[in-house]
Amino acid sequence: MVRILVCVKQAIDVSQLKVDSATRRLITVDAPKKISDFDKNALEEAIRIKEKLGGEVFTVTVGPEDAKTTLREALAMGADKAYSMSDPIFENSDTLATSYILAETIKKIGPFDLILCGEASIDSFSAQVGPRLAEQLAIPLITYARRLNLEGDAVTAERGLEDCSQTMKVKMPALVTVTKEINEPRIPSLMAIMKASKKEIVMWKAADLNVASGKVGENGSAVQVLDVLAPKMERKKIVIKGESAKETAEKLAKALVQEGVVGR
Amino acid sequence: MLELIGKGSKLTGEMGTKLTAVILGHDVKDHAKELVGYGAQKVIVVDNSQLKEFQVDTYLGALTQLTQQQKPELFLIGSTRRGKELAARLAARLKVGCVPDCLELKVDDQGRLVTERIVYGGNAIVTQVFRTKPQIATIPRRRFEKPEYKAESQGEIIDVTDISLEPPKAEIVEIKPIEVAETKIEEARVVIGGGRGLEKKEDFKILDELAKILGGQVGYTRPLAEDRKWFTEWVGLSGHAISPELYIACGISGVIQHVAGIRDSKIVVAINTDPEAPIMEMADYIVVGDLYEVIPAFSEALRKLLASA
Repeated sequence: MVRILVCVKQAIDVSQLKVDSATRRLITVDAPKKISDFDKNALEEAIRIKEKLGGEVFTVTVGPEDAKTTLREALAMGADKAYSMSDPIFENSDTLATSYILAETIKKIGPFDLILCGEASIDSFSAQVGPRLAEQLAIPLITYARRLNLEGDAVTAERGLEDCSQTMKVKMPALVTVTKEINEPRIPSLMAIMKASKKEIVMWKAADLNVASGKVGENGSAVQVLDVLAPKMERKKIVIKGESAKETAEKLAKALVQEGVVGR
Repeated sequence: MLELIGKGSKLTGEMGTKLTAVILGHDVKDHAKELVGYGAQKVIVVDNSQLKEFQVDTYLGALTQLTQQQKPELFLIGSTRRGKELAARLAARLKVGCVPDCLELKVDDQGRLVTERIVYGGNAIVTQVFRTKPQIATIPRRRFEKPEYKAESQGEIIDVTDISLEPPKAEIVEIKPIEVAETKIEEARVVIGGGRGLEKKEDFKILDELAKILGGQVGYTRPLAEDRKWFTEWVGLSGHAISPELYIACGISGVIQHVAGIRDSKIVVAINTDPEAPIMEMADYIVVGDLYEVIPAFSEALRKLLASA
């Protein structure tokens, strides 16, 4: 029986995000949201471990109140219990503050044998909350796992690095961050979705946790955001067209020589 | 990653402070002099047999102690997977901020260190400042310039021995080296990118041919690696970010995650049958056409042109 916790983030679906081209601002109001992709891989992995070895899968999110829908999806996939940490004072928490809120949550609902996180979130992609949480809890960490195996009180994971692949082994309790390659997350059946809609989601606020208000939200953040803007895209957009592929190719070759990027 | 020293030298100049390099490892003392030549004003060497292999737990413990002793304004680390884990954990231990994958780092007129990085899958750039010190940042390979080596440079080399090294919590069971292309794609002057427009893996030979003529390298998009399993790496936000002088996108639609990885290319050429493909918005030269016709013709045209030059 393994007790597993999966940390999930409700992220903006970056593939559907729109930009106001005049101001270069992102249109985030009403932008569709979803479980961050790699967190879904973490959930899938946890559920597979439970199916194989028995146990319980908990899931937790820190975010706005509507992040509940994210947890509903996690329950439909097969998580047993879901916790939402939502409070106006948590808003604009950076990775330092978020990992602190998660650590305090785990102190209350834990302990867990295994904590799984996605390698990074699809929106901010900083890959920090998992490693920071492992440090807060002072437990071993394996990052970027693409294969995972539990045996006795140890977890073994294979991870891909730039120059090698490493198989690492740590004693549980441990935290592992997973990549997209680890599995193909299941799509919950209608039946599972209906069953999940009846499950309880525990909604906690700051007062339910032992958190210091100075360590959460903007006050508790170590990094301050000054601006978020779409990058400038200044390209020439010159269409090269000839009567035949041969003529087009010749025109293109000449243009690139003139640019000085060919023939040196 | 010598760019760390290149960028570090620039920033310490702007900040009015000194650049210290840290080397951890075993039998690494010779490297210290080299780093002085590249511009480090001080090099701290921790030479210990326990540091022979990179074990993140042990390195992290040593770096935490060093950081507490030295109290740097800024700690720069390379944006590899190892580096990013190390940076995040160091920041957690010191309870400070960390900005990974900085595309820009500069000191503004208020004397603040300002960082820029890509977020929202390539849709935006976030500008951030730190509220805590040391400021920890990681920088991607080849983003900043490598420093010049000057044999006459002077610097202080300090051996640090009073560091307690903790044994790692993680055991490395196995290491399998992976074949790394001889020249890294980040270093290539010309990159030919292939996307889903290529029907078979064998068809890459027409891109290889073009790459050969241009003295470039071939890159791939994520779906070819992840969905079709043809390759193990890709160009894009989650893979290699490149900034060649010339990028030729062949049969690539140009999803934002891919575009984010090629944004800093000097000239972008897009060859695609779909005139509405997002890559067209991102290109300097646009060819609407079938890559199976255009590329061989382009290779032939280049061959003639280069032979006559």
